[in-house]
Amino acid sequence: MTASLEAVAADACPRIVAALIRVTGDWTLAEDCAQEALALAVRRWPEEGMPANPGGWLMTVARNRAIDTLRRASVERRKLEELARLAPAGHDGPEAVGAEEVVDDRLRLIFTCCHPALPLEARVALTLRTICAVPAARIARAFLVTEPTMTRRLTRAKRKIADAGIPYRVPTGPALAERLPGVLAVLYLLFTQGYDADGEPAFAEEAIRLARLLRRLMPGQSEVSALLALFLLQHSRRDARQDAEGNLVPLDRQDRARWDRASISEGLEVLAGVEQDGPYGLQARIAACHVTAPSVSGTDWPTIARCYDDLARMHSTPVVELNRAVAHGYAHGPPAGLALLARSCSDGALDGHPLAIAAEADLTARGGDRDRAAALFRQAAAVARSEPERRALLDRADENARREPRR
Amino acid sequence: MKYMMFVCSDTEPDTDKENEPDVEVWVAENDARGRRLRGAVLAPESAATTVRVRQGELILSDGPFAETKEVIVGFDLLECADLDEAIEVARAHPMARAGRLELRPFADFEQ
Repeated sequence: MTASLEAVAADACPRIVAALIRVTGDWTLAEDCAQEALALAVRRWPEEGMPANPGGWLMTVARNRAIDTLRRASVERRKLEELARLAPAGHDGPEAVGAEEVVDDRLRLIFTCCHPALPLEARVALTLRTICAVPAARIARAFLVTEPTMTRRLTRAKRKIADAGIPYRVPTGPALAERLPGVLAVLYLLFTQGYDADGEPAFAEEAIRLARLLRRLMPGQSEVSALLALFLLQHSRRDARQDAEGNLVPLDRQDRARWDRASISEGLEVLAGVEQDGPYGLQARIAACHVTAPSVSGTDWPTIARCYDDLARMHSTPVVELNRAVAHGYAHGPPAGLALLARSCSDGALDGHPLAIAAEADLTARGGDRDRAAALFRQAAAVARSEPERRALLDRADENARREPRR
Repeated sequence: MKYMMFVCSDTEPDTDKENEPDVEVWVAENDARGRRLRGAVLAPESAATTVRVRQGELILSDGPFAETKEVIVGFDLLECADLDEAIEVARAHPMARAGRLELRPFADFEQ
């Protein structure tokens, strides 16, 4: 596919699939018709040139395919008439199908794919397949399962949507506040989980695209904007996170010149519009402190520590507690960090975790006890969960054992 | 859509006893809105009898067919527009806290 066709497809496909699902209720039919329309475009456009409204062209072809298929299956007239009225997709804004139809079909599709009655993995896979149009084979690779297994998982999820009566609708009122965090959690999982063979997050770009779309469709939701800001700020560091050999480079060793300035400024701009901080807002503010600092020592650690305090109050997890201890160690001295770390390890969830040991080692090194720090880094390396993580921890152990002057 | 709502006991009921809903109020409200078609509380599992026929022979056994700690203690037959409405009905039932509810749609052979 050429680059321009790919861009058109990325925008048009979810619209087409979403609209066809709304009218026909048939997920497979919707996906097949969108794929057939794309295939026709691949054959025709290079010779005939791209039509003036490529998205509309694709919608028309897909819609006609759906009408043909359903007519052969002798589906009731009403559905066919409704299909025939489907407007070709314009470029932005909701598609008005009848005057009262203002909710974007894609938003409905997102909420349906992320319905909590579906298993979490199926929500992630279905979102990737249906809204991002990622091939099942690629989703399977990222989730370390075979393609037939992934296809079965997707089919089962679509069957449940039909059989259980999961509605194709964006919830309203209090139900929206209850359901939106679940949708954002799926996007967050997309952003963080599943890595390609080269260690790149496989679906980070898709997660960013979805967050942008969601923000356009739900402009009043501060956590949606906050999530997009968080993604953009985190993603700005993607090139600096690994060295040439594939080793993980910790934040304090990253070449800040390699951080993506455009991504940072867009993230900060989006964050500036966030008025109320929820969990994603706080995480975005923490990320903003990091990416705007000239160095580790020049980082606004007191603000980061405050954000972690708020985050721990709102939604305490072992990882939040760990990062909170580290932040306090930088903001208020290693003893403050070690005290917090000891407190959060006492409940068991973090005890013996490589990240917790590494954090203790780092705080200990900065407190001046390099021998103990080296021993702790080796202890953390022994329980590391990946080879790059293990190598990075052993490097830190060696540095402390050699008593190199710290940078 | 029709949903069978199995009302089950649970080994870990909610510890929060504030504002517990009243089952009579739940029944009256959902009956009035046409969302509950009928329902009943079942006799304890000690009264259950399991029936099988194998090679023409009737086999009876005492008790429920599955040995689990969570047992079905009652049911309600719901008529709801979709799963979200059924979930709204179920969450307001006192046994959503004291036990657990399973929503099972009726199979649709027209699909």
